[in-house]
Amino acid sequence: MKKRNVALWVYFAFLIMPIYWMLNTSFKTNNEILNYMHWFPHNFTVKNYVTIFTSPFWRRGFLNSLAFVSLNVVIVIVAAVPAAYAFSRWHFRGDKHLFFWLLTNRMAPTAAFIVPFFALYSNIGLFDTHIAVALAHALFNLPLAIWILEGFMSGIPKEIDETAFVDGYSFPHFFWKIFRPLISQGIAVAAFFAFLFSWVELLLARTLTSTAAKPITVTLSRSLGAGGWDWGALAAAGVLTMIPGALVVYFIRNLMAKGFAMGRV
Amino acid sequence: MKNRAWWFLLPALAVMSLSAFIPLMTVINYAQYSVFPGSAPQFIGMENFADVLGDGVFLDSLRRQVLFSIEILLIEIPLGLGLALALPKKGKWVGWSLVLLGIPLLIPWNVVGIIWRVFTRSDLGAVPAIFNWIGYGAYNASLNSGDAWWTVVAMDVWHWTPLVILLCYAGLQAIPEEFYRAAKIDGASAWSTFRYVTLPKLRHSLILAVLLRFMDSFKIYAEPFQLTGGGPGNSTTLLSIYTSRKAIGGFNMGFGAAVSIIYFFLVILISWLLYTIMMNVGGGSSK
Repeated sequence: MKKRNVALWVYFAFLIMPIYWMLNTSFKTNNEILNYMHWFPHNFTVKNYVTIFTSPFWRRGFLNSLAFVSLNVVIVIVAAVPAAYAFSRWHFRGDKHLFFWLLTNRMAPTAAFIVPFFALYSNIGLFDTHIAVALAHALFNLPLAIWILEGFMSGIPKEIDETAFVDGYSFPHFFWKIFRPLISQGIAVAAFFAFLFSWVELLLARTLTSTAAKPITVTLSRSLGAGGWDWGALAAAGVLTMIPGALVVYFIRNLMAKGFAMGRV
Repeated sequence: MKNRAWWFLLPALAVMSLSAFIPLMTVINYAQYSVFPGSAPQFIGMENFADVLGDGVFLDSLRRQVLFSIEILLIEIPLGLGLALALPKKGKWVGWSLVLLGIPLLIPWNVVGIIWRVFTRSDLGAVPAIFNWIGYGAYNASLNSGDAWWTVVAMDVWHWTPLVILLCYAGLQAIPEEFYRAAKIDGASAWSTFRYVTLPKLRHSLILAVLLRFMDSFKIYAEPFQLTGGGPGNSTTLLSIYTSRKAIGGFNMGFGAAVSIIYFFLVILISWLLYTIMMNVGGGSSK
């Protein structure tokens, strides 16, 4: 019993250390960051955060990220719910193959898709728009969402649908009034994973945007390479990008356990 | 009835055609041409593929990538399983542990790279200071290729072991208490309880963990790109970094496309192999 606790403490210390160092760095002045090895800031400052919040450049990055992430979640859920319903309720020619093909897209290496994405979205005039990034992220999120939702829907007996139709419910009415509440947890889990991937992804978001839709993650990468190494501001921006994720995890921690328990990630 | 299914699938298929089918066709098409900006594409058949397979840098990054994925699996799967077993099953710490484990998974991937860069850079990081203190003053992730490699591995272990823990932990929670009680009554040792009760029941979680960790570690891009940029030299240039260099920075888009296709099919092939092997091995032992 003792030994396992020691292992856990060591592991959690390892987990927290890099994040702590980032926080620590974000509250220091650049002089202190580069010239002293302090385990906590001696000249505590919030100047780095002020830099971020007062710069339209950083603000726009955050807003762009939020825009395409939400757009992605909406597209994924709207397309995945009916598809998952079809897979869970009906057998049709080629359903297994189609389901498997959808899942193979989850395996696609992102780097393999940047050339065609760039060519395609430039040709149809979507380059550097939020919708382009949202659609590109659907490549990974839609199969995953269909998989998760199909699992939830298969757990609901078909008799419920049949009884409702016998009772004279129209399909949309049945779906909204009876079926939707039953799968709301599944929708939440699917939306969570869509949010997660779209929020953390860099390569596609970077390839498909230049200025108008540039997300925060790209802003971060670029500012790192741009000669003037403002480590304090960089650390502060990094800390800020961790907040939405941490909030989401906190609020849906119970649902998260459920999603993992179903083994459908 | 049967036609109705296709109507339901229509939105999903429309999105997938824009984000998967058309791009995949485009890339297959490109791969057979020599595409240089400013001149008309020229059909050259399989020549691009031959060029890729004869490119030493490609083969090196492939070898490096395979080694990386093997190391990742060998470290993260046992570590994740062990820690999932060590986590308390109930109590007030469970919720907090889960939140803590979830955090690395939700940090943007390039920010993970930045965090580790800030953490390990020789001029401002904590890691060199710690190494210096224990007597390894030579640590420098941007100069020594060995240090850079193990720093990238450590970063991935930091980033993704929580996923393995969460998968295994959820699998453990699903094992009914009765199984353990029965094992106790039979006088099974801790090891044989683990070997004959826990492990077979965790099979699905473990297969999923191995597959996910394989696929994602094989695709890794943003974290090492941000941490080391593939250097020093090419010592941490993994397959995605090589591919994106060829796809964006390279002159011949056809070459980049051929790399992409080889890459995609390697992922599918190895995933399928892993899946088949694990299904057979696990199926044999749980009988």
